[in-house]
Amino acid sequence: MEGTPVQNDWYFILLFVVLSPILAAVPMLINYLLGPRKPNFIKQQTYECGVETVGDAWVQFKVQYYIYALVFVIFDIEAVFLFPVAAAYGQLPLFAIGAAVLFILLLADGLAYAWGRGVLEWV
Amino acid sequence: MAINTLSQLAVYSLVVGFIMTFVVITGFAYTTLLERKLLARLQHRVGPNRAGYIPIPTRGGKERKLLGGFMQPAADAVKLFFKEDMTPVMVDKWTYFLAPIITVIPAIFILAVIPWAGFVPYITPEGRDYFAIAPGINVGVLFILAITSISVYGVVLAGWSSNSKYAILGGIRASAQMISYELAMGLTVLVPVMLANSMDLGVIVEGQRGMWYLFLQPIAALVFWIAALAELQRAPFDLLEAEQELSAGFTVEYSSMRFGMFFLAEYMKMIIFCALFAVFFLGGYRGPFVDQVPALGFVYTALKVFLGLCVMIWIRASLPRFRYDQLMSFGWKVLLPISVVNFMIVAVMIVLVEEGVLGF
Amino acid sequence: MTGEQFVFLAVSGLTIVAGILVVTLRNLFHAALAMMLSFLGVAGIYIMLGAGFLAAAQLLIYIGAISILIIFAIMLTRRMMQAQDTPFNSQAGAGLVTAVLSFILLVFVITRLWRNEIFDSPPEVPTAIMNQIVVQLGSDFVSPGAYVIPFIVASMLLLAALIGAVYVAWPQVEDEA
Repeated sequence: MEGTPVQNDWYFILLFVVLSPILAAVPMLINYLLGPRKPNFIKQQTYECGVETVGDAWVQFKVQYYIYALVFVIFDIEAVFLFPVAAAYGQLPLFAIGAAVLFILLLADGLAYAWGRGVLEWV
Repeated sequence: MAINTLSQLAVYSLVVGFIMTFVVITGFAYTTLLERKLLARLQHRVGPNRAGYIPIPTRGGKERKLLGGFMQPAADAVKLFFKEDMTPVMVDKWTYFLAPIITVIPAIFILAVIPWAGFVPYITPEGRDYFAIAPGINVGVLFILAITSISVYGVVLAGWSSNSKYAILGGIRASAQMISYELAMGLTVLVPVMLANSMDLGVIVEGQRGMWYLFLQPIAALVFWIAALAELQRAPFDLLEAEQELSAGFTVEYSSMRFGMFFLAEYMKMIIFCALFAVFFLGGYRGPFVDQVPALGFVYTALKVFLGLCVMIWIRASLPRFRYDQLMSFGWKVLLPISVVNFMIVAVMIVLVEEGVLGF
Repeated sequence: MTGEQFVFLAVSGLTIVAGILVVTLRNLFHAALAMMLSFLGVAGIYIMLGAGFLAAAQLLIYIGAISILIIFAIMLTRRMMQAQDTPFNSQAGAGLVTAVLSFILLVFVITRLWRNEIFDSPPEVPTAIMNQIVVQLGSDFVSPGAYVIPFIVASMLLLAALIGAVYVAWPQVEDEA
């Protein structure tokens, strides 16, 4: 498998996919072997300021987190589009730079709309 | 160094990867000590000084203690290993177990593309331009952003699986904070990419031969630094830890080495982001005489990382914590517009310089 | 079996198993995590194809953004964490028909389109081009001879999506008052 150097380096990163979980798990394993284990009912309760735990914590969250995530998705896609353009920036004609600026202006529009609608106010 | 076959190159990458990971983990241990010592000094305290010192007898009969506390990280590690590892009964077992591991993985991954030094004879294989574990990835900057965005999962998983009110509040706060500041960071990183015309970190470093991008683009550097602090959840953005209100946030149900893993990931990421800041804005491994003696690159990288860490600790000692609504509106209404406008200004400026309207 | 084949089998196996887990797990949060794992496998396949940029984009957008969005959506819904009902619903029949039809379509397309091509080894790409491929993509995005129209249209689509999302999801208190 004599690929291009680019591909080869990605394979080395795939090696890391296997190795890094091991690196993370080994200290926990050592801890498991060395540490004492004396569980009891009170100790294993969920922490809640010293009082008895009431119910579980999987409750409903406010919608604002979701909206922020939505806006984030859009801008993330935009950033991904802009990266190759930025990498090619030195050899672009004037027209192309106009297109890139138009691209980001359109998205700035979206941000302005969300701002104007009060989405960015954290209440 | 002559490396001919692919398998030799793979072994080489593996060995270098292990060495660099261990260097950074040692760095992590001593960063904790640096933080405690420096914070203590900034607050007119002494800091840890008992675990390990070099006794030097003086004439008065009393001995002077040099390097007090330099064994503190080892003591902390041993303590963590011998602590009881408890798992609360209410947790979601699998995700609770996976969360510390998933937190550490991205921290190790980013190490792969960071250039630690230029082409150093004898330890860099021929055909590579600089010393890194996997330098051939032509989308290095994007790779870093992608891995950074994965590190949100450790926080979300830990917060959700603990099934504790503090943990889940800390977790969801932290994840919203991280994605908000990731945008500003992504748009800011575009600036060095645009100036160097490459997404390759080594090319970005070489592009700063004449002048550091910090001086060309101070605004971008500042925005990147602030966004990095928010990504790392360092003060003044450490809301998820907020000891007084959330009692350490998403890690509240974790004990012993599992907690240690979160700690490790946090400090490793501190080192990594300081290294990235150095690469993007401080000229990376470049410095005086680095062309003559390439091995000096390691020293310059280490120095710049050390400087960055000191500034981070200094900021922690100086600034109070943000309120959550302030944090979100700062990210979305200040940093994001600044980075968008800055991107456009840089785009136009580069064109003007190239067209000869502005002379440099 | 070469190393490349082994990696491919591992990555595609991960993708498929994670995909099955997405539809069979009862806990919605776990299903979302399995989906993220499946996306990760797809990114691995992109890497094997030498499409590093696409892989990074996959990580950044699908895993870093869209899966997080879905996890937030799950946290938003009340009492959905421990869904007790089975994942199989009344649309199983229709779903099966659709799945079989798409499978036939895919097999048809693949066998007809690439009938005469032999894929023993990937086509050789010179290293210089491989290293410049992202730069090429970037200049193609904004050059009038290539993809500038789709590029701007994509921007407008994103703008429309943003406005639409805000319009639908944000309560319109002040408009009605």
